[in-house]
Amino acid sequence: MSRAEDQVTRLSVRNGWLLSAPALVLLVFAASGPLLIVLVYSFLQKGDYGNVEWVFNLDGWVGILFTKDIFDGTYGLADAHLTIFWRSLKLSLMTTAITFALGFPTAWFIATRPPQQRALWLFLITIPFWTNLLIRTFAINEVIRNEGLLNTALIGIGVISEPIRIIYTDTAVFIGMAYVYLPLMVLPLYAAIERFDMKLLEAGYDLYASRMQVLRHVILPIVKPGIVAGSILVFVPSLGAYVTPRVLGGGKNMMIGNFIELQFGQGRNWPLGAALSMTLLVIVMVALLFYVRAANKGANLHG
Amino acid sequence: MSQQIAVAADHVIKAFGQGKAQVRALDDVSLDIFQGEFFTLLGPSGCGKTTLLRLIAGFEMPSGGRIMLDGTDVSALPPNKRPVNTVFQSYALFPHLTVADNVGFALKMQGRPASEVAETTGRMLALVKMEAFATRKTAQLSGGQQQRVALARALAPQPKVLLLDEPLSALDLKLRKEMQVELKRLQRETGITFVFVTHDQEEALTMSDRIGVMSAGRLQQVATPRDVYTAPANRFVAGFIGETNFLPVTVTPEGARLGCGAIVPATGQGTLLTVRPEQVLVGAAGTGIAATVENLVYFGTDMHANLRLADGEAVTARIPLPPGGEAQLTSGDVVGLSFTPGAARLIAE
Repeated sequence: MSRAEDQVTRLSVRNGWLLSAPALVLLVFAASGPLLIVLVYSFLQKGDYGNVEWVFNLDGWVGILFTKDIFDGTYGLADAHLTIFWRSLKLSLMTTAITFALGFPTAWFIATRPPQQRALWLFLITIPFWTNLLIRTFAINEVIRNEGLLNTALIGIGVISEPIRIIYTDTAVFIGMAYVYLPLMVLPLYAAIERFDMKLLEAGYDLYASRMQVLRHVILPIVKPGIVAGSILVFVPSLGAYVTPRVLGGGKNMMIGNFIELQFGQGRNWPLGAALSMTLLVIVMVALLFYVRAANKGANLHG
Repeated sequence: MSQQIAVAADHVIKAFGQGKAQVRALDDVSLDIFQGEFFTLLGPSGCGKTTLLRLIAGFEMPSGGRIMLDGTDVSALPPNKRPVNTVFQSYALFPHLTVADNVGFALKMQGRPASEVAETTGRMLALVKMEAFATRKTAQLSGGQQQRVALARALAPQPKVLLLDEPLSALDLKLRKEMQVELKRLQRETGITFVFVTHDQEEALTMSDRIGVMSAGRLQQVATPRDVYTAPANRFVAGFIGETNFLPVTVTPEGARLGCGAIVPATGQGTLLTVRPEQVLVGAAGTGIAATVENLVYFGTDMHANLRLADGEAVTARIPLPPGGEAQLTSGDVVGLSFTPGAARLIAE
């Protein structure tokens, strides 16, 4: 390599670091800083009025799965906690599945419009983001509550005589999350489908594949990066959802997010809250690891 | 070649759009393509040749008429139910599959046993000389290699008819020549009927058993390459394939009379005389038809002389040059023209 070439290469490397420095600094402090505090707090003793005592203690971590009996001091499995974990996982998976089932045809529809129309459809998809999440969730509440739009209408036309109880059930949380996270599924799917070469559909049909076979063996494998991205974007925030289960699930149908909030609020058990937060982080990481691995394996099987 | 009909178009009409904006891409096209034939649809872009191919493949449904395969009406069948495969202009290889999986795709979709899929895939890859690339992803291949894989993929299920939609247009000249030879070899070895679409007249002349020349949604002529070249059916065919001189004539009992008064013998019917530049003979002044040399263009193996007749009509002559030789002509020379005996043909205006 000539000296001039060498110098230019070195300069461009240096400039690269310099330009990304602000972002890197921000990432290091803003992302890992708070996380570190949470990690440290999870190993401390809980204070009587919230906050923490600076004494090393594992009660926070033990408290995730076990509860100490107030009377004899023995530890028992915390069924209530497990129920919350299971509900969170179940609802998140269901939300991911339903947003995919609804989002895929939507994204396909938009991606197959004439190019000048697509921008309009995408714009329509993003309109819900203009309104605050809390307001939108209350709007869903207004639709599905006992005296809400849905029940009033159904009673009005005589389909039912008693209101269907949806509000403050898992179903309500599920409906709310599906509504809130649907755009997050549609957008990456759209991006993937838009790049899909429609000639491949004809090639598939030409080579004796039925419509279902074309979907399974041509479309889905090729748009898979979009499916993976959309699923992650829906699953991860679903698992940590706070507002939706709070407003639509009532006090009883908690998800991990509400449970963590409870520890920092009325529960006054910061170490448990911190340990729960770390657990949520680990669950998400493990789930993603499995998911991405499974997705890649599928790709390898195909070739 | 047996004369069994593999593909037939029976008064096929294809219209796109509605009402006044309606365009007829195919206007009453009837055509028989024989078993084992290398048939080429030739025409300028927008002439309807690709539409006809897509109708045979089943990607489009005819607005009128019928498409027959092996004597059965397939007009209403979807592409996956027709024993016909396509080599696409853009190849349309599946990017998520290896070369081998691309070639085996159709057999897998048909539910053939894995051993048969593997065996046929291997044989097809050998046929197109791509065995060494079986495990590659298609994105890692060059244009010519992708072309071979596309051919193997379409041939693997042993279709009754192979449709090729301008498959060579994306290749550079040298590769194109190579693939032309390759295609002919494949067609001979497999015995499959090939329907080849191209806008390149040279490609059509060198490769085809028969050519269907299309223009404006209609078939202009269906004939062997030799007949299309030497006996074009009309002005479009004569002008589209090769270079031709057109001279208006009046038919007299002695022969065709040119505007300048000269009378030449000509075959055929019509008021337009056609003669190819290489069939125009340039002789000494005073013999034949008098003409003036306007300019000369050097082409290496020959020289093109642009000539002007007495009545102002332009004629181009192609004069072969001896190796290292020079044409004994300069601009402004007055010469005498004649035509190769039997070369001048009359066609309808």
